[in-house]
Amino acid sequence: MGSETRAKPRSFQEVILRLQEYWGRQGCAVMQPYDMEVGAGTFHPATTLRSLGSLPWAAAYVQPSRRPTDGRYGENPNRLQHYYQYQVLIKPSPPDFQALYLGSLEAIGIDMGLHDIRFVEDDWESPTLGAWGLGWEVWCDGMEVSQFTYFQQVGGHDCHPVSGELTYGLERLAMYVLGIDHVMEMPYNDPDAPIPLSYGDVFRQTEEEYSRWNFDVAETGTLLRHFEDAEAECARILAAPAEDPKTGKRIVMAHPAYDQCIKASHIFNLLDARGVISVTERQAYIGRVRALAKMCADAFVQTDAGGRAA
Amino acid sequence: MPDLLLELFSEEIPARMQARAAADLKARVTDGLVEAGLTYAGAVAHSTPRRLALSVQGLLAESPTVREERKGPRVDAPEKALEGFLRATGLTKDQLDIRDDKKGQVYFAAIEKPGRPAAEIVAEVVEQVVRHFPWPKSMRWGTGSLRWVRPLHSILCILTDDAGAETVDLEIDGLRAGDVTAGHRFMAPSHFSVTNFDDYEAKLKRAKVILSAEERADHIWVEAHNMAFAQGLEVVEDKALLAEVAGLVEWPVVLMGDIGAAFLDLPPEVLQTSMKEHQKFFSVRNPKTGQIEKFVTVANRETADDGATILAGNHKVLAARLSDAKFFWENDLRTVREIGLEGMAAGLETVTFHSKLGSQGDRIKRISTLAREIAPLVGAKPDLAAEAARVVKADLQSEMVDEFPELQGIMGRYYAEAAGHDDGVPEACEEHYKPLGPGDDVPTGPVSVTVALADKIDMLTGFWAIDEKPTGSKDPFALRRAALGVIRLMLENAVRANLSAVFVKGYAGADADDLLAFFHDRLKVHLRDEGIRHDVIDACIGMPGNDDLVLLVRRAEALATFLKTDDGENLTQGFKRANNILTDEERKDGVEYSFGPDAKLAEAAEEKALFGALDAAEARIAPALAAEDFAAAMSAMADLRQPIDAFFEAVVVNAENQILRRNRLNLLHRIREICLKVADLRRIEG
Repeated sequence: MGSETRAKPRSFQEVILRLQEYWGRQGCAVMQPYDMEVGAGTFHPATTLRSLGSLPWAAAYVQPSRRPTDGRYGENPNRLQHYYQYQVLIKPSPPDFQALYLGSLEAIGIDMGLHDIRFVEDDWESPTLGAWGLGWEVWCDGMEVSQFTYFQQVGGHDCHPVSGELTYGLERLAMYVLGIDHVMEMPYNDPDAPIPLSYGDVFRQTEEEYSRWNFDVAETGTLLRHFEDAEAECARILAAPAEDPKTGKRIVMAHPAYDQCIKASHIFNLLDARGVISVTERQAYIGRVRALAKMCADAFVQTDAGGRAA
Repeated sequence: MPDLLLELFSEEIPARMQARAAADLKARVTDGLVEAGLTYAGAVAHSTPRRLALSVQGLLAESPTVREERKGPRVDAPEKALEGFLRATGLTKDQLDIRDDKKGQVYFAAIEKPGRPAAEIVAEVVEQVVRHFPWPKSMRWGTGSLRWVRPLHSILCILTDDAGAETVDLEIDGLRAGDVTAGHRFMAPSHFSVTNFDDYEAKLKRAKVILSAEERADHIWVEAHNMAFAQGLEVVEDKALLAEVAGLVEWPVVLMGDIGAAFLDLPPEVLQTSMKEHQKFFSVRNPKTGQIEKFVTVANRETADDGATILAGNHKVLAARLSDAKFFWENDLRTVREIGLEGMAAGLETVTFHSKLGSQGDRIKRISTLAREIAPLVGAKPDLAAEAARVVKADLQSEMVDEFPELQGIMGRYYAEAAGHDDGVPEACEEHYKPLGPGDDVPTGPVSVTVALADKIDMLTGFWAIDEKPTGSKDPFALRRAALGVIRLMLENAVRANLSAVFVKGYAGADADDLLAFFHDRLKVHLRDEGIRHDVIDACIGMPGNDDLVLLVRRAEALATFLKTDDGENLTQGFKRANNILTDEERKDGVEYSFGPDAKLAEAAEEKALFGALDAAEARIAPALAAEDFAAAMSAMADLRQPIDAFFEAVVVNAENQILRRNRLNLLHRIREICLKVADLRRIEG
């Protein structure tokens, strides 16, 4: 096992800090959140794009994630339209990945000798990213604490080598470790700090504001236009010739194009929350975002980071 | 006689795949061994979340030597033929025999394949099986290319005989087989070596792994039962859940906990669904009240605190889930008491059903109108059916169903009762989705049947109108299931109706004939499962009133029974003979012989008798058909068998005399005409 069980953390941020420290110690590049609105940590290019190609990779980071339809005005004990995921991606997946993962639970104070940890089948699929993998949801005493996935395909490309991906729902995990029943009551910083702040102090108001905007106020006409703009821009970026006329260098703009894919995906989620997308249209929109993701993946594997030289 | 022990040790195998994988492992390995000449006395396979194991007892120590003789070319055949034969057999010319054959002197080759040691064969077979294992879904990991259900960590493969155990020399994608395995992931993770199956099973048990899934399931069930019994309660039996849970643990530890007084008044379906689907808990019921009072969860380990932490954690998760459920339940009840179920359903106006078919609200209006039309056919009151149709989908707007979609319909029933509906309306909320598949029950209450039919017919006519029909394997709106549902609802409740007329009252613009043809296809599939041949159904689909499914099926059943009799089969042959001759001659002559035969022109006694028999049969068939008594009609038709056979024995249809010929063809036409009133025997095969 990776390490001995440590004393329990006392705050949300301590859970995060311990994960950062643990995965940093395991050799991951501890990265920062991506500066765009995404539905899950998987969308971060450090996962989506870096899981492609042959080059090794190891990264861990917190990613704020937005799921507009999950907004509950800050009233639901577990549901938020904005929450945090902790994401780990290691390529190739190490042989002791499960043991490393269990070590991370010990690092945040879960005693393996007292708890019941289970790996329960849960295959992961992201129709918008053209990605899928096999793995589990990890249960601790009957509660799902993480998603554990071996990526098989991303952006329509077979993954060679295969990346191992971990996703921790940070609020839920921290609530469990800290013994808190309502997310808004969770200590955000140390409860003995001069200015103790709860999760609610930090986020209750924004949950309320965004819930209202997501469900009732967001201008759907504008959003639809933004969706189409992002879609067009993505294609336009990738249509540019690989050789940059100014520098004379080969510069495939996979990341800027992928930003547009992320944007389109988030706008689709907003439109969905506004209830203006029908069941059949839904599939069509998802297909459009997937087409962008595939184009970006195709472009990325033509870059150095995508293993072109290798 | 060595024994083989094989263990494939991996990361956690999905519970639902384990039993099948163990069976596949056993079948594939033993088949491979036998094919290579290694017979065996017995084999048994096991599975746990982390391992597939196979024990094969009494293997041959080596495969028997096989001698094969192959015949080659003739001695005087071209040199090329001999060269080819030598290449194929791997022999030289002087190793061949020459023998006399019917055609002259021929080369023969005697090829001897020496036996091979078991270890060599086992290594080959195991590698083949591992590389081509039939997992429903498999994956790669790390940098390798091997596929397994989850990463494969080690292979234990030993052959044991009186002299001891020998590790089979085998390596697959860098995994070298050994004699080592590991115990329970948390309780006894260290590695240990084993010498044979008994040793393996015993050491595993000491290392907190029960190898047999059956033993784990039995243990769970007995423990759970005893714990519940001790408190005067009973565990709600659920074999699928038991099998699944036994596949999630290597060392089952059964724990029982309280649901909590605050949640005991939730509907039992809510408790059970929440506990089973999300937590894989068993429900524990008080047999006196029928209430679910406790739960049983199965942990994968023992702990120093006897499971107290684990149980507390599970409690907490359950309490969070049930708090949600209770919150939804109370909100929903308040809603239906304040604004009624129709009020709850109002929100469906803004939910798109399909971009071309409008909102769920539009659909409810259509179903309600259609239900009014269908009600008299089923014996339901039209007003009541329309009332039910307006509220059966309301629970889709409830918070509970939003959270637990699998409770749709069931919650509708509770909320309808709470809103004061009665007279079969609450039942219709639950039952109008039925039947969900070939094995599902069909509702019988008139309101339920009416709304169930209206719901499905609206779907079918709607998707037909916008031309979104199922194609090949694609049926995204489950229209085949909907059509089968209509078929079963009508047949099992003997609902008499002309479907074409009902379709016209459904969504406007559907091609009713095409939709009816789709129903006939589904009906064929359904009746085939009931043992009625497709050609028998085809013979009845061609008849009038074929959009009345009850009538259609009665005719098909009567025909199927009829065809099983001697008379039925022979009459069909006689009919076909008459029909074939007539069709040929009509084609040649370019006329239809439908003028009616003249009895005065009949010559032979057999011909005269046939005239009489046809008159008699026709006189019986018409009233029988009018009374929908197909058995009687067919029995009347059966009486034609002997006269028709006799006629063909005695009479030449295509007589020289054209007057006689035409009269006889007109007579055959009468046979055809009369028989075709009962069923289209032209469609019967054979």
